[in-house]
Amino acid sequence: MAYDVVGTRPVRPDGTEKVTGRAVYGADVQLPGLLHGKVLRSPHAHARIKSIDLAPALAIPGVYAAVTAADMPKVQAEGVANLGESSIEKQYMQNMILAGEKALFHGHAIAAVAAVSPHVAEEAVKAIRVEYEVLTPVIDVLEAMKEDAPLLHEGLITKSLGKPTGKVSNVAAHMQHARGDVEAAFAASDVVVEREFRTAMVHQGYIEPQTATAQVGLDGAVTIWTSTQGAFGVRAQVAEILDLPLGKIKVVPCEIGGGFGGKIQVYMEPLAVLLSRKANRPVKLTMSRAEVFQATGPTSGSVIRAKVGATRDGVITALQAQLYYEAGAFPGSPVGAGTGVIFAPYKAENVLIDGYDVVVNRPRTSAYRAPGGTNAAFASEQVVDEVARQLGMDPIEFRLKNAVRPGDQATYGPKFGAIGLVEMLQAVKESEHYNSPLTGPNRGRGVASGFWFNGGGPSSSHISFNHDGTVNLAEGSTDIGGSRASMAMIVAEELGLPYDQVKPYVADTDSVGYTDVTGGSRTTYATGLACYNAAQEAKRQLCERAARTWECSPEEVEFMPGKGVVSKSDAGKHLTVAQVAREMNRTGGPIHAVGTVNARGQAPGFAVHIADVEIDPETGKTTILRYTAFQDVGRAIHPSYVEGQIQGGSAQGIGWALNEEYVYGSDGTLRNANLLDYRIPTALDLPMIETVLIEVPNPNHPYGVKGVGEVCIVPPAGAVANAICQATGQRFTELPMNPERVCMALLKAGSR
Amino acid sequence: MARVFIPGLMRDLTGGRTQVQVAGATVRELIDGLEQAFPGMRERLCGPDGALHPHVMIAVDGEEVIEGLRAPVGEESEVHFLPAIAGG
Repeated sequence: MAYDVVGTRPVRPDGTEKVTGRAVYGADVQLPGLLHGKVLRSPHAHARIKSIDLAPALAIPGVYAAVTAADMPKVQAEGVANLGESSIEKQYMQNMILAGEKALFHGHAIAAVAAVSPHVAEEAVKAIRVEYEVLTPVIDVLEAMKEDAPLLHEGLITKSLGKPTGKVSNVAAHMQHARGDVEAAFAASDVVVEREFRTAMVHQGYIEPQTATAQVGLDGAVTIWTSTQGAFGVRAQVAEILDLPLGKIKVVPCEIGGGFGGKIQVYMEPLAVLLSRKANRPVKLTMSRAEVFQATGPTSGSVIRAKVGATRDGVITALQAQLYYEAGAFPGSPVGAGTGVIFAPYKAENVLIDGYDVVVNRPRTSAYRAPGGTNAAFASEQVVDEVARQLGMDPIEFRLKNAVRPGDQATYGPKFGAIGLVEMLQAVKESEHYNSPLTGPNRGRGVASGFWFNGGGPSSSHISFNHDGTVNLAEGSTDIGGSRASMAMIVAEELGLPYDQVKPYVADTDSVGYTDVTGGSRTTYATGLACYNAAQEAKRQLCERAARTWECSPEEVEFMPGKGVVSKSDAGKHLTVAQVAREMNRTGGPIHAVGTVNARGQAPGFAVHIADVEIDPETGKTTILRYTAFQDVGRAIHPSYVEGQIQGGSAQGIGWALNEEYVYGSDGTLRNANLLDYRIPTALDLPMIETVLIEVPNPNHPYGVKGVGEVCIVPPAGAVANAICQATGQRFTELPMNPERVCMALLKAGSR
Repeated sequence: MARVFIPGLMRDLTGGRTQVQVAGATVRELIDGLEQAFPGMRERLCGPDGALHPHVMIAVDGEEVIEGLRAPVGEESEVHFLPAIAGG
């Protein structure tokens, strides 16, 4: 189907404000009488808090308030707070914001103060006296699972669908996908490859640190300005943590400098509210970069054992894996998703996948772009690659032979609907990149596939018409990757308007209907559907108004994009949208259309990446020579922003593969909480990431949209590892594959 | 009757059976049927208040249900119990 606006590449509506520095980010918020907050953090990874003395801090001139966990209201310990895309057990929510009886990781918030300036607040934080009983930390996932490991939570019992054990341990959850008989299938296989992999804890690396400003009125009304992936999620969390009525809280989402899953969980917002209430002044807290690393939610480091069996003609017979993910200090790692992602691109009759969520003395993990997926694919895609090599098969041919197709049962259970993995693998096989020669020493090419579930859920949008025929579009999704442009394009397409006549904006929680977070690759799909639905309602109202103008019944008119409202009986008779809008106060008043959805029918995403690398045998440094990302995107509403998502996800995945890691001392303290020692890739480190958009439409969406933002980070680590293996002859089973690790492996192998 | 896939960790309750046919027009009725046939099932899936455990996600015909226990189930439906998953 041909579209006028969908599929074009207009400039984003927020672009000018951003490049000229005028866009208002969270830390830019200024209010009369604003105070500045700072947080005291635990210097220990695991310690009992024996006492906290705030008096010396409060005695400093200019200090208005100080809070500890004792200032938190008592909330019902049982139950789970629904945060939209995710949930968390209430018993842990408060202690993630301020430590209770124990500090559970280096950087855990102990107390917070508000003062006239950031400097006075810093001085006050230093004056707080805390008495700790230092406990033995456990930061390694396998160590934490041992019988004699130090326990983080005295009452933690493993959640599972299995027989309850009642046993207390650091294993928060166990999950399993099982079908067939893997043991028998492996025994009957011609080739079996099994390896153990380790991946490091890594951070999303968003450029803008967490920030929140809160103002509590004397009537108890709370307003929060913040940088978030979901204003409604912030509202829900603050209400749960502070036991406040939801309707008393208004959250104003500011522009956001990246999130990638890390800005769903609140950290500063409840502190700002507590301090503002105590000080009776607005309070702003902004994290330093060190605090972002220490105390927000990175993603899990993991240990993964993966095993693949195949017949000699290249058919996979059995798939088995155990995934152990660090949850951080509180339960909730993305291991469940990891168990689904790990072998999702492959068909198999015999599957056994076990996942374990394990608490350790590190910051509690948060979502990071296809949470849990990159770890899983780093393991599975290498084992799959090795099986193909042992069989002497081309790695893409092997993947094609075993690829899931629509109607196949996923390794994690349900049957797939409209998926485009086969089309994508075919495109890779026929691509110029895959068929181009790669010559020269120390060079290698690797491929890897990736899968992500993609989400739907509730979203809202409002369309208001102006008298000149332009449209204001309010939506509830905060805009991280250009979603305002895509939303405006959908409305422009439906109403037959030029793109620049639709003015989209992200509304606060008082001004638009409930909308789930910008996450789970759901925004263009779900909020896009809300905009589509609002546009249908707007068309209905436009027809009604035109009928009143013409003094006929609405059944005698219809909407035609490009023309406006036309008479069914007289093809030449029509009113443009602007003409109808101009008359709206004389035909019934303002035209305002609401679109809501609880979106279902999302299609999962698949991606296949090709990486060409060159290894410097002297330094161990890996250079990415060329990188192409193929992805089934359903239908690209704004192809440039889809490509941007894919390029961004690939870049992050390459950083995860080659350099990024949390480095801890044996005492459990984080040693590299800055962007010099935690190295994310820069433009100088990467070639232009090439993208190929494969459009296999999602039949459940009017344009065929599928989520695109997450699956692109799943294949890179596997693809780069496979390329390094081809270049060096060495299989790298630990992330990051940094120069030191590569060098050591080459020395050990005697190839340097 | 709907086809319910029994998670590996729950097969101790079904004597190792991996799939069972259960009558019911909603997920709640399916769980009632499972409990009747295999006592102990409900406790694994739901809390004392009868609500589904938050770490459990139910997929009917390949898609996560959004209505919880009220979710409709067809005669030919396939039902899976899966770990809850969140995106980023």
